[in-house]
Amino acid sequence: MEEDQRARGGPIINDFSIQVATVNGSGSQSSNTVLMRSIFQMGIPVSGKNLFPSNIAGLPTWFTIRANKDGWIARRKEIDFLVAMNPETAREDVMNLDPNRVVVYEETLKLNQYRKDLAFFPVPFAKLSTEITPDSRLRKLLANMIYVGVVGHLLEIDPAEMEQALTKQFKGKAKAVALNKTALEVGRKYAKENFDKSLVPYRCERMNATKGKIIIDGNSAAALGCMFAGVTVATWYPITPSSSLCEALGDYMKDYRMDENGKSTFAIVQAEDELAAVGMALGAGWAGARSMTSTAGPGISLMQEFVGLGYYAEIPTVIFDITRVGPSTGLPTRTQQSDILSLVYCSHGDTKHIVLLPASVGECFDMGYEAFDLAERFQTPIFVMSDLDLGMNNWMSDPFKYPTKKFDRGKVLSVEDLKKLGSFQRYADVDGDGIPYRTLPGTNHPAASYFTRGSGHNEKAVYSERPDDYKHNMDRLNRKYDTARQYMPQPEIAHADGAKIAFLAFGTTHWAIIESLDQLNREYKLPVSYYRLRALPFTKDLVELFRRYDRVYVVEQNRDGQMEALVKLELPAELVGKIRSIRHYSGIPIDARFVTDELVAAEKGEKN
Amino acid sequence: MSTTMQPPSAPKNTNRLGYSMADYKGADSTLCAGCGHDAITSQIIKAFYEYGVEPHLVAKLSGIGCSSKTPAYFLSRSHGFNGVHGRMPSIATGVMLANRKLVSIGVSGDGDTASIGMGQFIHLLRRNVPMIYIIENNGVYGLTKGQFSATADYGSKAKSGTLNELPAIDVCAMAIELGCNFVCRSFAGDPKQMVALLKAALGHQGTSMFDVISPCVTFNNHEGSTKSYKYAKDHEEMLHEISYVPFFEQINVDYKEGETTDVQLHDGSHIRLRKADKGYDPTSKADALDTLRKCQESNEFLTGLIYINEQKPDFLSLLNMMDAPLATLPQETVQPSADDLKEIMAELM
Repeated sequence: MEEDQRARGGPIINDFSIQVATVNGSGSQSSNTVLMRSIFQMGIPVSGKNLFPSNIAGLPTWFTIRANKDGWIARRKEIDFLVAMNPETAREDVMNLDPNRVVVYEETLKLNQYRKDLAFFPVPFAKLSTEITPDSRLRKLLANMIYVGVVGHLLEIDPAEMEQALTKQFKGKAKAVALNKTALEVGRKYAKENFDKSLVPYRCERMNATKGKIIIDGNSAAALGCMFAGVTVATWYPITPSSSLCEALGDYMKDYRMDENGKSTFAIVQAEDELAAVGMALGAGWAGARSMTSTAGPGISLMQEFVGLGYYAEIPTVIFDITRVGPSTGLPTRTQQSDILSLVYCSHGDTKHIVLLPASVGECFDMGYEAFDLAERFQTPIFVMSDLDLGMNNWMSDPFKYPTKKFDRGKVLSVEDLKKLGSFQRYADVDGDGIPYRTLPGTNHPAASYFTRGSGHNEKAVYSERPDDYKHNMDRLNRKYDTARQYMPQPEIAHADGAKIAFLAFGTTHWAIIESLDQLNREYKLPVSYYRLRALPFTKDLVELFRRYDRVYVVEQNRDGQMEALVKLELPAELVGKIRSIRHYSGIPIDARFVTDELVAAEKGEKN
Repeated sequence: MSTTMQPPSAPKNTNRLGYSMADYKGADSTLCAGCGHDAITSQIIKAFYEYGVEPHLVAKLSGIGCSSKTPAYFLSRSHGFNGVHGRMPSIATGVMLANRKLVSIGVSGDGDTASIGMGQFIHLLRRNVPMIYIIENNGVYGLTKGQFSATADYGSKAKSGTLNELPAIDVCAMAIELGCNFVCRSFAGDPKQMVALLKAALGHQGTSMFDVISPCVTFNNHEGSTKSYKYAKDHEEMLHEISYVPFFEQINVDYKEGETTDVQLHDGSHIRLRKADKGYDPTSKADALDTLRKCQESNEFLTGLIYINEQKPDFLSLLNMMDAPLATLPQETVQPSADDLKEIMAELM
């Protein structure tokens, strides 16, 4: 229905998507950010997604910007406005468009020969940039800002906002600001003099929906969460798409975490591999630091043995998994939610872990913070599972709220505690919650020391192969995991009036779900409830959800229905038959239309 | 080293901090009777006692294998951490990042270090993480019953009669190449040398690496082995006679010029090396590497302080970290203010 309205050709205000097709390494990132920011500054909800190759220069890359007055910021499948800068993909990019869409392109590509049903705007980018500078390297970069000027004119983006966004982007670099401003103006002027704007049905009109909001990527947001959680030791190994998390952390920490003598209140170490990264994080956690590492799927595979040690020897640390497409090297620069099972059951033997599931940059911040409290409370590695889409793309958000609560450093015995107690047993369940007490190395009391090991141990942390000691300890670990349920970020549940079915989703799938709920409501009058899972282990609401609804669609971005499998394990047998599954796993972020179509098709096949 | 000077009025049978030798002991060993590792354990106890290290400030670290069990057998008043196979260096690095006041001692084996743990070992040395790293080297996998390790000499014979056809990795030469500034080789059967070297290592800033031939009485103490007690005793050649003068004692000058080399350690202690017949200079990297290579060619088992350099900064100094342990910094020190967050948010609007 939405599509019909578009086809009629009336003006479409603040509801379109732009795709810039270029080659990576051509410097288009800054231009695209300026374009996105200027729309944002006009008060229009906007989102940007970079679809890039695992390569440094020369391969195709696409940046999509979606402006949507209703605030939908998930990926939208259809492209309304194409900027075709890459000769390699230009033909296919044009052929993929729906009718009546708009194409701005380098005129020598002659793209107008392929379609008669599109509005074409050829621009001599090479020629125009030559007029700005004789420097051939700069010319390529400036061509990118010229298209921003062209697009700005055609979509009626406020020139003042564009200049402001540009100045922010090149902050402190006066020469770059001046050159790019010229390029922006050249593009705008060319479009004004040569193009009939009325052929473009899309328009930007000032709104007030982004006032006071910020734009940030998930990895930077998570880094901020860590910094405000007082992380002191961060050890990591570069891997896409997680590298920017610890890099952002390093940048922020240099500004905000130096003491009055200019010394750091933290250590950030680039390790030799992921094994060492998590080993250092565990060593630091054992010695009492708030420690962390960040990685992606292949790193998780490498960390498995150490994570099992962390679980069994009960050592706090925080591990961010910014997931990408597996298996193996997979598609390193594409997004997926396919590490769920490898996180929950990370390592050999009976292990299970706490996994936090942020869906937004705000939650990257909050959960990034929360993870450190949980790690120290439960003395175990805590996973925070973000993904490439969330971690590396820019998202609009309300500003983050300052955490006002006191750090929860968990059950750590001080010298004074030990004086009172006289002795302690490292792995004894004193409080009945499965969480033992620990001491830190350096605690000056004769009873403080104990011996940590990944081999079998009794309550006193002494080596033991006794069956009763082993079982006793494993049962306590299970109790600890059960205790964790009540400390988890609780699910967000939205019961729709008259709904018989529900979605269950988590992480970035959220953005497609909420838009799909709106589509289902408007287009099919189908009310659907929504259970957004925010952490594992599950809370008891899960079973209630399945009792309440006829069918629950677990929507996730992986092939094998990994979350569906976990849900199955959690449910009593009589409810398992209510599980349905919708899976999206192409590596491209899931979109609302996909969810809607899948659900509608599935519901048609149901008997009741 | 964070030890404080104490008046020399401590009662008898205690060290300068007032601790008795018993305060440095651990649980009973469960290794085979006569194992070289147990001898090293005793030497660690003696060195830590004599130097006067606060037991609660020690972190004992290890990987997996017979050697890695030994931290349970010394310093039971210290925290210990027996991690995963070959990965003790990363644990140690994390521990020292979290609390630089600690004194870390890691015990590893030849399998744990030179095979599965080679990657982490190399990077520990490269970073110069402050710790004592002991390789209890017996050329064989004991816990899995006698397979060759990567330090087994070319041509040495396994208990089963198999000859080793691969060259040995010389961890000392490698350590020097990688920038380790305190490299020694010793023998479990030579307690005097080991104790002096260990005390010196306690005063060194950075990684001190010990390659200690520690015979496996069960799987590698036979004829044809180059890591047996007999072979080591017959072939050991000391580079020098080592004496150690701690920072808390006076130095009595009673040596002839040219006969000894005196190296001042970072903590103010001195290590005095009385030269054997060779004019060996342990402060020369080139000399050290050359000597090691010649030794390897002539099947000599050379022991002593092979290389020392007290001028290099350790990893923690390079990181510009504050002096207080990061682990226990209070919330107000590690959590930026609400205004800081406001400023960051404004920048993102």
